[in-house]
Amino acid sequence: MTAITAAGAPSPPPVTDRRARRRARELTGQAGWTVLGWVVGIAFFIPVLWMVITAFKPESAAETWPPQFTFSPTLSEFRLVFSGMGPFIEHSAIATVGSTIVVLVLALPAAYALSIHPVGKWRDSLFFFISTKMLPVVAAIGPLYVIALKAHLLDNIWLLIILYAAMNLPLAIWMIRSFMLEVPGEMLEAARLDGAGRIREIVEVIMPVVSPGLVSTALICVIFAWNELFLALNLTVTNAATMPMFLISSVPQEGLYIAHLSAAATVASVPVIIVGWIAQRSLVRGLSMGAIK
Amino acid sequence: MAVLEDVTSPPATGIRPRGVSRRERWQRRLPLLPALVYTIVVTQVPFLVTLWYSFQSYFWNEPGGAHWTGVSNYKEVFTDPNFRSALVRSVTMTAIAVIVAMILGVLLAVLLDKKFLGRGIVRTLIITPFLIMPAAASLIWSGPMLDPSFGLLNWLLEPFGVHHVAWLTTHAYGSVIVVMVWQWTPFMTLIVLAGLQGQAADVLEAAKVDGASAWATFRELTLPHLRPYIELGVLLGSIYLVTAFDQVRLMTNGGPGTATTTLPFYLYQKVNYAFDIGGAAAAGVVTVVLTIIVASFALRMFARVFQFEEAK
Repeated sequence: MTAITAAGAPSPPPVTDRRARRRARELTGQAGWTVLGWVVGIAFFIPVLWMVITAFKPESAAETWPPQFTFSPTLSEFRLVFSGMGPFIEHSAIATVGSTIVVLVLALPAAYALSIHPVGKWRDSLFFFISTKMLPVVAAIGPLYVIALKAHLLDNIWLLIILYAAMNLPLAIWMIRSFMLEVPGEMLEAARLDGAGRIREIVEVIMPVVSPGLVSTALICVIFAWNELFLALNLTVTNAATMPMFLISSVPQEGLYIAHLSAAATVASVPVIIVGWIAQRSLVRGLSMGAIK
Repeated sequence: MAVLEDVTSPPATGIRPRGVSRRERWQRRLPLLPALVYTIVVTQVPFLVTLWYSFQSYFWNEPGGAHWTGVSNYKEVFTDPNFRSALVRSVTMTAIAVIVAMILGVLLAVLLDKKFLGRGIVRTLIITPFLIMPAAASLIWSGPMLDPSFGLLNWLLEPFGVHHVAWLTTHAYGSVIVVMVWQWTPFMTLIVLAGLQGQAADVLEAAKVDGASAWATFRELTLPHLRPYIELGVLLGSIYLVTAFDQVRLMTNGGPGTATTTLPFYLYQKVNYAFDIGGAAAAGVVTVVLTIIVASFALRMFARVFQFEEAK
């Protein structure tokens, strides 16, 4: 009876009631998104999680059916990895840090010349740099090998520094330039009226504005250099072999190796994962070459 | 607030290089020169050398060094069915991976644009695959994840009637693409998410007030707004994925047979297994010519995406 009268004469419910109901709906909606979000997030993360879990397994527990989720964790594979990776991680660190320094030293003035006091054909220069990213370096790998051989740079860490710097330079120039465009024109004008020369302008006006941008640019360069395999695989053997090469070497021709591989992969990936997590906010900007703020 | 910036716009100072003195022009050029010279030497010289070797017969495992052979390397490249199929495979693989990653990226971005508990953590979980070293990702997928006898995926799929599938032999092509998609979806998500967060809230509010359905709002307002972001993601994703090598080398080694031999892997094989510098160089030159054709379109797209205004 009451239901019929309610339907027949729809009187608006009290405002507080309506509000409460809307909030309840919002809350259930939020709960739905929360569940969905976490399910998707974890689904994406499973391979990473499985890598880390497997790394703590003894080799005998890593290759079983069904896969084991309870086992007594061991650090033995990590110990093995740490004992073997010394030179590899050293080469990776040198190539990554070295190439990033070269990139910053070259990109900073170049970005300046393409933004603050632009050269004549700055658009052409800008697009020349980006076009080099589209040329596949794989196409020149044979000749690159021969050049490196003749220049006595084969299996030399300097070769990787030089090539990684060239690989990341266009990205860094575009990115740093986008930060420099944020320097307010009035500030430059004021400095100029103050009689500041180029050097003072750079040190006192530009650097304070772009230095956070330089950090995120450096982090992006670090990520790409650290993860690079193709050039390292083709142009180094032992004296300059990097972490991705160490990973490959941790896969033997025979025997159980899955736990060992997982430990090595974890150790190799963790530095970049941490850098990426820290740089999360600026990741988008770097990956879009400075187009997205 | 995320805004797609016109990064190719002139700076706020608005100083035109025209009408400046000769000395001033050189002062402006000077800071650019080191980067320009460096890039030309390191990225262009190897291609000139490649062009030179493409006319040479040069097997570096044989004594005697290089000697001129004219266009015979090119003849070989154009008659080699493996080259053609590697080329086609590279294009289709990149296209499928980029498109699937973009569709997933849009869905994930819409999800991450909602407010929910622990969104920051979920975002962090989702971007992690992109940060994993591709070599590590490839090896983890091919071993602990996809192995037919102990892989986690077969275990997860067992309730659905999947029994010990040897993914890397029976579905090699798809498996490589899965790993590419897994690694590049986060990239697409981040770019599309930036676009979503840059959308004006009042426009969406107005649509809601007008009684537009969520789907209609998304189709009519959000998607057009996202278009430049999607184009940018597709473009950058293609640039990186078309040269992807690690997954092929470490998961399938180009096989079974040549089922996953992409162009980068084909060139790698020619240098490392056939020792054929000349042949690889000729194939490289053809690749570069094709790339330049595609890249000139891509550059134009770049210019448009960046709202690149023509100089007056």
